[in-house]
Amino acid sequence: MNGIVQYFTDIFKAVRSLWKGMRVTGSYFVRPGEIVTQQYPENRKELQMFDRFKGEVIMIHDEENFHRCNACGICQMNCPNGSIEIISEMVPNEEGKPERTIDKHIYHLSMCTFCGLCVKSCPSNALAFGQGFEHAVFDRHKLTKVLNQPGSRIKKKPKAPKPAAGTEKPNSANS
Amino acid sequence: MKEVELNEIIASKEDGKYIINIGPQHPSTHGVLRFVVSLKGETLEYLIPHCGYIHRGIEKMCENLTYPQIIHLTDRMDYLSAHMNNEAVSLCVENALGIEVPERVKVIRTILSELQRIASHQLWWAAFGMDIGGLTCFFYGLRDREKVLDIFEESFGSRLLHSFICPGGLMQDIHPDFQKRVKEFIAYFRKKLPEYDQLLTGNVIFEQRTKGLGILTKAEAIDYGVTGPSGRASGFSCDIRKKHPYSAYDRVEFREILANEGDTYSRYKVRIEEMWESMNIIEQLIDQIPEGSFTAPMKAIIKVPEGEYTQRVETARGELAVYLVSTGDKNPYRMRFRTPNFSNLFVMNHLSAGAKIADLIAISGSLDLVIPDIDR
Repeated sequence: MNGIVQYFTDIFKAVRSLWKGMRVTGSYFVRPGEIVTQQYPENRKELQMFDRFKGEVIMIHDEENFHRCNACGICQMNCPNGSIEIISEMVPNEEGKPERTIDKHIYHLSMCTFCGLCVKSCPSNALAFGQGFEHAVFDRHKLTKVLNQPGSRIKKKPKAPKPAAGTEKPNSANS
Repeated sequence: MKEVELNEIIASKEDGKYIINIGPQHPSTHGVLRFVVSLKGETLEYLIPHCGYIHRGIEKMCENLTYPQIIHLTDRMDYLSAHMNNEAVSLCVENALGIEVPERVKVIRTILSELQRIASHQLWWAAFGMDIGGLTCFFYGLRDREKVLDIFEESFGSRLLHSFICPGGLMQDIHPDFQKRVKEFIAYFRKKLPEYDQLLTGNVIFEQRTKGLGILTKAEAIDYGVTGPSGRASGFSCDIRKKHPYSAYDRVEFREILANEGDTYSRYKVRIEEMWESMNIIEQLIDQIPEGSFTAPMKAIIKVPEGEYTQRVETARGELAVYLVSTGDKNPYRMRFRTPNFSNLFVMNHLSAGAKIADLIAISGSLDLVIPDIDR
């Protein structure tokens, strides 16, 4: 007799445990407002990434196409995988002295691990993280980017009493 | 069992015995792990884990990188415990340099580690449910994990591989909304965690598939070096947070979750309980983040003084130890990681011998293996 009672108790408990789970899923079935899924490709227009999102490394340019990179090469030194290559050239400044200027700031997105060391270590805050995340391309060479925009120039700091010493300092520190 | 003996078995072709591969591309191995299993009928006789399919030589790569650069490699070992891995190396370097990090950093690191532990256990719960045949769990687990990842994304810009904790402190300060969002998440998850129990814990099919399966005794857990929730389910008290407190763990009250059965079901229960405990820890700390700097003053090039240093932390899967040999240069001479999953994997043969082939998936799921952590 006991065995039979046990048998039916077990069945009852088993069905009850299954019903418990079904109740959870069923409650979401009748309350579709609590479903959190986003329809990604459709919501591209209104999709807002967080402002700190690390999508890709970009160089900050203002409206007049000025950047702040002085080609010191600290980002290149700090990059663990060689994603950054800096090609600089010596251009004479207004006073005729040769000054190191950025020619191409090459960024290999395909090798980047988004560790953030370049952005953190940049002494003149020229680099930042961009929000773009749709990086899929058919040709991997398209992932090699030049960060300084064509025709852009370095934004000079407001002239100090001794302009020559102020501009030479970063060059001598990193040569 | 050695490869030679395996070949002998293949050659002898005993009655009903055969050898098959599970993996390296099997979804339930959660990565590229290959089990060579010897079966008699449906019963598993022994199992040989083959690892190395995702070996990247992280330890060797560390020898050519500076200390801040090493951090981003440790993310890629146990990617579900990225914060704890970063913290291990950071603490090791800080101890070597004799730097005391600000209180703010210690508290934030502890909160982040516990959030990461919750996220990791959520994903484990999701994947474990799916391994065992409950596809619903996968969606519910990932739904809640998404909330944690959003907190991470807002503060550090990445969801999985953060590289946020660095020698000396943090890469940047936490987002102003961090505290508010964490509190929202805790309130949300306290309501949603009972759903996990309703969906899976009491389920009759689940209980019958996990109870009494893959029993690991306490002595065996110590012998094999099984740590983390898997070890604690066997009664092996091995929580580094309790035994050797680091960061802010010495000032919070929490329980070390222990179970005595050592079977698959108790490993499951320990992890569910750990999520509750992690929420308790976060609640104690979230209102008490001290003001201050987010990093200690560090030199631009970190040079660790000559010597050997070691540091242990508790990741979501067990004990991670970092062993660092320095010759006083800016790169380490040798960097060694004792990863929890490596030890946890090699108990598989012991646990699964005599079980059925379908139980193998339940056992390996309950150990919560992350394969890149095994191979490094």
